[in-house]
Parts: sequence; C-alpha cells; structure tokens
Amino acid sequence: MAQTFLDSSELVLNMGPQHPSTHGVLRVILKLDGEKITGTDCVIGYLHRGVEKIAENRTYPMFAPYVDRMDYVASISNGLGYCLAIEKLMNIEATPRANAVRVILTEINRIASHLLWLGTHALDIGAITPLFYTMREREEALKIFENYCGARLTTHAFRIGGLQYETYEGFEEQVKKFCDEFEPRVDEYETLLTGNRIWVNRLTGIGILTAGECKDYGVTGPMLRAAGVKWDLRKAQPYSGYDQYDFDIPTRENGDTFDRFIVRMQEMRQSVRIVRQAVANIPEGPIMAKAPKVIKPPMGEAYVSIEAPKGELGYYVVSDGTNQPYRLRVRPPSFINLQSLDKMAKGALIADVVAIIGTLDIVLGEVDR
Amino acid sequence: MESVPWDGELASQLKAQFGEAIVECASYRDQNFIVAKPETAIALLEYLKLEADFTYLVDLTAAHYPKRVEAPFDVVYIIYSFARNERLRVKIRIAESYRPATAAFIHSTANWLEREAFDMFGIQFDGHPDLRRILMPDEWSGHPLRKDYGITQMDQRWVKENLGIESGQ
Repeated sequence: MAQTFLDSSELVLNMGPQHPSTHGVLRVILKLDGEKITGTDCVIGYLHRGVEKIAENRTYPMFAPYVDRMDYVASISNGLGYCLAIEKLMNIEATPRANAVRVILTEINRIASHLLWLGTHALDIGAITPLFYTMREREEALKIFENYCGARLTTHAFRIGGLQYETYEGFEEQVKKFCDEFEPRVDEYETLLTGNRIWVNRLTGIGILTAGECKDYGVTGPMLRAAGVKWDLRKAQPYSGYDQYDFDIPTRENGDTFDRFIVRMQEMRQSVRIVRQAVANIPEGPIMAKAPKVIKPPMGEAYVSIEAPKGELGYYVVSDGTNQPYRLRVRPPSFINLQSLDKMAKGALIADVVAIIGTLDIVLGEVDR
Repeated sequence: MESVPWDGELASQLKAQFGEAIVECASYRDQNFIVAKPETAIALLEYLKLEADFTYLVDLTAAHYPKRVEAPFDVVYIIYSFARNERLRVKIRIAESYRPATAAFIHSTANWLEREAFDMFGIQFDGHPDLRRILMPDEWSGHPLRKDYGITQMDQRWVKENLGIESGQ
C-alpha cells in the first residue's frame, strides 16, 4: 500500500508560449519525473512569417529590411551578413571606409545584444537589478544607431556595396564617449554578479555542453567558446576588415551556464577594444563601392556567414540572374542552438530550464523566421 | 553558373574513394562544392566527417527547381572543418518521390534541419527519428517553399477551423 502510494509517475508540464522567461513565444513541453526533466519537446513557429518565401518575391534591395526583423536585437549583424552575401554573389567589395563604419556599428550592436541578454538572463535567475543598468547602457548604444540611420532596433543600416549614409557630425566623439563610459560599467556588472555566491551556485554545472557535443549539434558562438573551442568567424574567416584589429577570443573550459556568462562578459570588453581601434582610424573615401543601380547578381550561388552575437549567421543565396533571389536560405544561430536544449535539460530540474533557455540567448524572431 | 572545376587534394581523394558517385567537384566564387549521387550522400558525409575532419554540419537545406522535371529538388549540406578551417557544400539532386536517407545519425544538427526541409519542401527523409513539421502547424497542408506554392496561398481549411475567420488575408 505504502509502496504504491509513493510510486512516481511521469508528468507533462507545458511551459509557454506565454511564459516570461521563454523570451518570446517559445513553448516547451516538459516530460517530468517528479521535478526532474526526462524529455523536452520544443514547439516553435508562432512567429513564422515565411521570410525565405518573401525573399523570393522581392528584389535584393527590397528584401534587406526584412532581415532586420529576424534577430531584432542584433539587426545590424543580420544586415551585414545579408549585404556580404549579395556582395559575394556580385563580386563587389565594400570600401574601406564603409567597412570601418560597419565594424563599429556591428560591434556596438553586439554589445547591445549581449546587454539585453545579460539583463533578462539575470532577471530570469532572480537578480532584478542588472536589468536596469544594462538597459541604461543599451539606450546609449541605440542612440548611436538612431543618430546614424534614424532607427533604433530595425535599423537597415547598410546597403549592398557599402553604406547609405555618411557618418553624422560628432559620430566619432559619441562612439568614443560610449566606449569610455561603457567599459567601467562592465566591471559594475561583474561586481554585481561574477562573485555573487547565489549567482555562481545557481549557474555552475547547469546545462553543460562539451566541445564535442557543441560540434555535433552545430552550436556556435559564445556557447561553443565556453566549451573551450577557440573559434570565432571574425578570426577564422575574417570579413569586413576584422583582420586589421587586435582582439582576443575569450574561451572557458567547462561549457556550463556560468562559463557562457563569463565568455559573453569578456566579449563585450573585446568589442569595446575593436570599436576603439576602428573609430580611431576611419579611412577617408567613398562609402559605396561601384555597385550597379539594379542589383542583378549573375547566375550562381554562395554561402556567406558572419559571427553574429548568437553564433554563426549564414545566408545561402541562389541567383538565377534576375533581380530577385531564386532561393534565399538563412542559417539562424538561435534555431540551431535551441536544438541543444533537449540535451542540456535532460536530468535537470524545472528551475534550471529557465537558466538554460536564458543561456542559449535565443531570439524567437530568428528561430521562427 | 560559370563555376570552375575544383581539383584540390580533397577532391581527388573523394573521387578516388567514391568514383562515379561524385558527379561534379567545382568551385564558384572561391567556394567549393560537390554534386553527388543521392544514394551516396550519407556515406560521403560520414567519410568527410571521419576521414577529413568535417565535424560540423553548418546547414542543411533544399531548393526547388520545377523546370528540372527529372530531379526537381536540391538538397544542400553545408559542412565545415575546424581543423582545416574549410567549408564545403555537398549537393544532391533528387526526384520528388525520392526519399534521401537522414543525416541525423551522423550530425545531430540534421534532426531539426531535416524537419524544416520536410516542412517547407515536403522532402521525406528516410529513417529520420521524428519527422514532423517544425515551423508550420502540424495539420497544415502544402509545403510553402515549393515554387508552385503562391506567396499569398494558405491552407484555407486550417485558417477557418483554427482562427475562425474566412481568410487570413
């Protein structure tokens, strides 16, 4: 009698899509044994807009604003990847001045993306304060975008072949000021979190992915680096002149949630380093390469990828020689990283799933496209 | 496409290993790609993973070419080797009824990517552990990224039943 009374049975718990710590509309069906997770099933697609289908029905320049709406937290990275892919197909290269401005804005965008991740991740774990601080600094980053192109989130900052706009008056000063003010702020976040015993205990050993597992699941970006793989596309296959800048690839050994936190914190510092070097030396010259008025890449296909804040963001574009892509495929880092959730969550507790979703740094607009 | 033949070391190694099954080794805009016979794709991916360090499946996708009546679909595997810092595309051209074997047992990434290719193109991957739709609703009919699927086309029955409206447009 007592035996049957104590028997545990499997339980299904539905988490999301309206759950604050799933960062949007992610729905996870958890299979539980007590409080332990024995399996997960992600239900995604709530934000599916058919971006790849839309691409086939728009001209190349018309499609550029759509890519901003995938990873809307790092829209500048999305735009850069798209422009580079089309430039590769057209065999044109952006001018040195355009490249420098692209690097500055992309790196500031990486900081803004990591800041939003940090604030919301900490909030999920129960540390409310960092969100206010990270939002304050992110605001300064967004102001630079706003001054540059008028938009804060879905920026459409770049054009195929270079830039649409020349930098505004006071651009360099504002960027330098941002760097100077931002760097000590990272120390502030670290005093709040890095040595905080609750924070450390809550994250250490949670959601471990080894280097081998990361490669098997195609997990890239800070998650791969936290597992000890020193791999960053900005170094491995440099684009937009990243090879001119001096910066390190932060890595950690354990591949757990705490290590990913440390890696992303250090990446923000490295981004500041890159921005400082780039802004100190923006070459003079035109901002647009000699690109034809009508973008008609010759028949052919190419795959171009960049190191977005979340991982490898790739575009596979097939051109049939017309002014519209024949097929455009986005390789979204969030979607592919999310697949490893099942691996990480098995054997963990329900409360840890929140930490694991946070550490994945997913944006559902990009997962669902 | 004015691709140039690719005759690197790896290309000749693969040709020696797989012979006729490699249809083409070429390069376009400095990006190497292989066109292989559909039935060799998995053996080729496995060989590349074990013998040539291509341990990371970057992406798996498809494209629809209805004008190629015999083999209207391309399945594209993009792989990368950390050791070589090299990227490679493997393409197979398949007929509509052909069921390519799943790559999910070689690269775990392929699980969701094949589900997406099935969802969007209706390509059935043979042996896939869990071949369900992933982005579209489970009961949806039609595969949106096929060329004969219109940009405003939708599953009217699904929209009516689930959203309670006549049309989503």
